[in-house]
Amino acid sequence: MSKIFAKGLVCPLDKNNVDTDQIIPKQFLTSVSRDGFADAMFFDWRYLADGSPDPDFVINKPEYNGASILLTRANFGCGSSREHAPWAIQQYGFNVIIAESFADIFFNNSVNNAMLLIQLSKTNIDLLFNRCQQGPQHWQIDLASQEILFGNNAALGFNIDADIKQRLLSGLDFIGSSEQLNSQITDFEQSRKASQPWLG
Amino acid sequence: MGHAFSTTSSSAKTLYQKIYASHVVGKLNPSTDLLFVDRHLIHEVTSPQAFSGLKLANRKVRRPDLTFATMDHNVSTQRRSIDAAGETSRKQLEALAANCSENNIPLLDLTHPDQGIVHVIGPEQGLTQPGMIIVCGDSHTSTHGAFGALAFGIGTSEVEHVLATQTLPQQQAKTLKVEINGELSAHVTPKDVIMAVIAELGTAGGNGYVAEFGGSAIAAMSMEGRMTLCNMSIEMGAKAGLIAPDETTFAYLKGKAHAPQAEHWDAAVQYWQSLYSDADAVFDKQVEIDAGSITPQITWGTNPEQVIAIDQSVPSPASFTDATKRDAAERALAYMGLAPGQKLTDCQVDVVFIGSCTNSRIEDLRAAASVVQGKQVAAGVRALVVPGSGIVKRQAEAEGLADIFKSAGFEWREPGCSMCLGMNDDRVAAGERCASTSNRNFEGRQGRGARTHLVSPAMAAAAAIAGKFVNIATVSSEQAAIQKETRYE
Repeated sequence: MSKIFAKGLVCPLDKNNVDTDQIIPKQFLTSVSRDGFADAMFFDWRYLADGSPDPDFVINKPEYNGASILLTRANFGCGSSREHAPWAIQQYGFNVIIAESFADIFFNNSVNNAMLLIQLSKTNIDLLFNRCQQGPQHWQIDLASQEILFGNNAALGFNIDADIKQRLLSGLDFIGSSEQLNSQITDFEQSRKASQPWLG
Repeated sequence: MGHAFSTTSSSAKTLYQKIYASHVVGKLNPSTDLLFVDRHLIHEVTSPQAFSGLKLANRKVRRPDLTFATMDHNVSTQRRSIDAAGETSRKQLEALAANCSENNIPLLDLTHPDQGIVHVIGPEQGLTQPGMIIVCGDSHTSTHGAFGALAFGIGTSEVEHVLATQTLPQQQAKTLKVEINGELSAHVTPKDVIMAVIAELGTAGGNGYVAEFGGSAIAAMSMEGRMTLCNMSIEMGAKAGLIAPDETTFAYLKGKAHAPQAEHWDAAVQYWQSLYSDADAVFDKQVEIDAGSITPQITWGTNPEQVIAIDQSVPSPASFTDATKRDAAERALAYMGLAPGQKLTDCQVDVVFIGSCTNSRIEDLRAAASVVQGKQVAAGVRALVVPGSGIVKRQAEAEGLADIFKSAGFEWREPGCSMCLGMNDDRVAAGERCASTSNRNFEGRQGRGARTHLVSPAMAAAAAIAGKFVNIATVSSEQAAIQKETRYE
């Protein structure tokens, strides 16, 4: 396996509290499919009222065409539990999001789709935004060594939960690994029924 | 389930830690436990992909008897018909019905008289009980924490995981205690309390925490008030809101359809009485708020921490020392069409929405109706009341509240999520200003370009009558004065 988990162009989205209603508005949630959300990502910011792309929105700028790493600020993904939000971001082409913090449910949903979410201090996030101001950035993410590699031997380390790291590196089946505890689940069900029969 | 308590050495535990420990099935790795889920609530929007995933992997629903479904997000509130909200909505509702019937999952569909918003019907049906772990593919699952249940929103992959295993991998969250002591002033509601808490802690202040609310103001609160409080704990990023169950909780649950029946009732109550944070339990963070200091609240911006008291002025971006908050305030003011220093009581409203899992219960409708009684919705204002469930609707009709709303010019609708998120055709148009009893004032939440101001039901009702925002405390004292004069005549 390559040491590099992801690499690519960085798109800086300089906003706090980007909520899931912004990431994917409600009209796209009526689908029964898991696919087809790429064009819906950031819909209200990305398109003007007439449906044409808003040239001022960072994602639409030609220099960020093909970006695969999203850099943003605090509390990204706050709001609803819609998994359509990470689906849209991933289907557009981002597999890594770097932010000062993430909302809990969004974070779990992203990890469950094998996306890497990197949380850094505000100081480091400021540094990364400064780098982006110098021109389009191409970074590599080494998950094994927990480093963002900027090229020219420059790197920035990050922390990640050991369990999540393992899951991302080995591609463990989310449901399958819990099913390995099947006999313990059955035991729990039986003792629950005995001690709290009203729960069924 | 005594074995579950052996995970830590300290004996003093918070309520959250007690519930967590009693649900540990086993360890997946040193930091992650597998927790048993007592109740899984599902709805049409976040479940279809989970059922497809199950089918694809040849898995079955492990405990359909612990799973419960309703139709709410997508339904029309104009008429109770599966095809009333358009073709794609119909397909999604049909997918839920088919998935429930194939898997023997009970469903309150549109033909059922009790159908309603998932977080309104759970408690109403007695499905929500103290000490449970309750999950649902909806962030406002935090509502059920009002009963001393650990309840939180999950994504669709997790819905699939719970369907397959009736468990969920979890790590221990940090604990936050929000202590609210003292008496609430007249016209200050649980909605105002939670908005004041969010203003204090910020929209990310609860990230990584489970928030337990306590103190004399909480003890005095009704179950419906506690639900409103816990409902919006997600708006400060908390994983869950939690209130220790007490006599108010037990009295609410007694006799509910799915509550413990007679032969188990005493044993259940005895267990529930053990569900509180030990006196010497240590919280990771604690805040204290004086209930008497809280006044009627209103949001001015585009996230739920951008809140002021109704008698305050819209803040100037320059007043924020934090640069990112300053930028956010500038953007929010532009989006909301507001200027610094402006009074919201000078702002006209176009739409009034009374409903949502935050404020669509009978007490909410009573509070709104008491303001509306004998008055008319202002010219040019579109006002709607969307009861949270069939039970709420019938009770409001029996009490005469529906007639008060209808004769004042409000639309009286069928139960559903409606204009809180505008998945159906209940939307606010671009540039329109809405007084809303819902929970999120995000850009575009109620419709593209919609300007949402979150308020309590009484404040929303007062705005509908006046055609602009009003300070409910002032209106009510005027009203009281008028009533007094009338009496003396």
